Amino acid sequence: MRQSIIQWFRFGSPQAFYPLAGRLIPWFWAATAAFGLAGLWISFFVAPTDAQQGEGYRIIFVHVPASWMSMFIYLVMAFWAGLGLALNTRLSGMMAQSLAPTGALMAALSLWTGALWGKPMWGAWWVWDARLTSELILFFLYLGFMALQAAIDDPRRADKAGAILALVGVVNIPIIYFSVKWWNTLHQGSTINLTKAPSMAHTMLWGMLLMALCFWMYSIAVALTRVRAIILERERHTDWVKHAVA
Amino acid sequence: MNAFFATVRRDLLLALRRKSEVLTAVFFFVIVTSLFPLGIGPEPVLLKKIAPGILWVAALLATLLGLPRLFAADHVDGTLEQMALSPSSLGLLVAGKILAHWLLCGLPLVLLAPVLGLQFDLDASALGVLTLALLLGTPLLSLIGAIGAALTLGVRGGGVLLALLVLPLYIPALIFGAGAVEAHIAGLGAGGHLSLLAAMLALAVFFAPWATTAALRIALE
Repeated sequence: MRQSIIQWFRFGSPQAFYPLAGRLIPWFWAATAAFGLAGLWISFFVAPTDAQQGEGYRIIFVHVPASWMSMFIYLVMAFWAGLGLALNTRLSGMMAQSLAPTGALMAALSLWTGALWGKPMWGAWWVWDARLTSELILFFLYLGFMALQAAIDDPRRADKAGAILALVGVVNIPIIYFSVKWWNTLHQGSTINLTKAPSMAHTMLWGMLLMALCFWMYSIAVALTRVRAIILERERHTDWVKHAVA
Repeated sequence: MNAFFATVRRDLLLALRRKSEVLTAVFFFVIVTSLFPLGIGPEPVLLKKIAPGILWVAALLATLLGLPRLFAADHVDGTLEQMALSPSSLGLLVAGKILAHWLLCGLPLVLLAPVLGLQFDLDASALGVLTLALLLGTPLLSLIGAIGAALTLGVRGGGVLLALLVLPLYIPALIFGAGAVEAHIAGLGAGGHLSLLAAMLALAVFFAPWATTAALRIALE
């Protein structure tokens, strides 16, 4: 038991984590491809056409997983940031930094596919619905995190400042979400209600879950690839990097 | 607590010797609120409807304008480092600086808001709710903004970056602040909104100086 704990902590060092990430990445890509192919097959060929929305509803197989991942990645990012701040480990900050662009991409994808879905269904690219608005704010939070990290030259300071921002953000996300929700119900502007989704066919649910797993695995694979690049960049003065690159 | 009041007094004295900086933010508030009728048109019904939102957004931007000054001068001349090294806790001194910032940048907005509200034809009770909401909301803006100001201290392009970091976090204050006035006008009662604003303020009073201190220590490393 004791032995195994030591083994795990060993991977907290960038030098030990770099080759591990390199070995794991192909597996996550394989999982992405497998889940993606199965998910796409179900969502295009197996899932029935929706009675009300026609074929256009199939965009939810991309939209919903992207929204889930955008929220989940922020939590994971804040977790790494908090860990880095508490334990002062170098790798945690690098993980947080490598997750942010993927999270922002997912938020952007969710907004974009939402707009593409909204135009035929609601007749508008954008409505000030609570979910849309809070997703937009989440996107802004990602941008702020990335901008702050990019503006600070010293990577250690960038990590810590980013960590505080990520933690402040994660405390604020529920507050923002509920405030936007209540704001929306007070105004009663749009009559569209996303929360009362009609009961979904099982195949649709399966397609969505498989696509969510695909997006999840993709996010891990990309984050690990990016963290390897960050490790090389930050540890370039060390001998092991010179050996690894040479 | 002596150190707290000494910091408040010092920051107020420093600001009052350079009055123009404080007044700039106040005039900014007045000008921005006057721009909206010019952009939208003089129709009283519409202006009355959007008045709470306009006043709140303008207050938010005016607060933002004063934030970079919160720590910048003290950081440049080394005062901030002396504060961090001093025996009294940095969190207390930071809280003092935030209070001074609110007295200089927030309180004038609260006092001006009823006058500007008259321009938008808000009635007396709505003006009262607006003032109360701003009284609860502007300290919240100063407290959250201080975290952003500490994080962007001495960073390239700090001012714009500060806006990018802080404005998304201001959204709940904006929603409940402007919502309180709108709910009152609609006859729904502003109590719920004001209570939520007060709850957020209580949270921020507790956590924001702490987070700001952590961010300042990182900036001073």
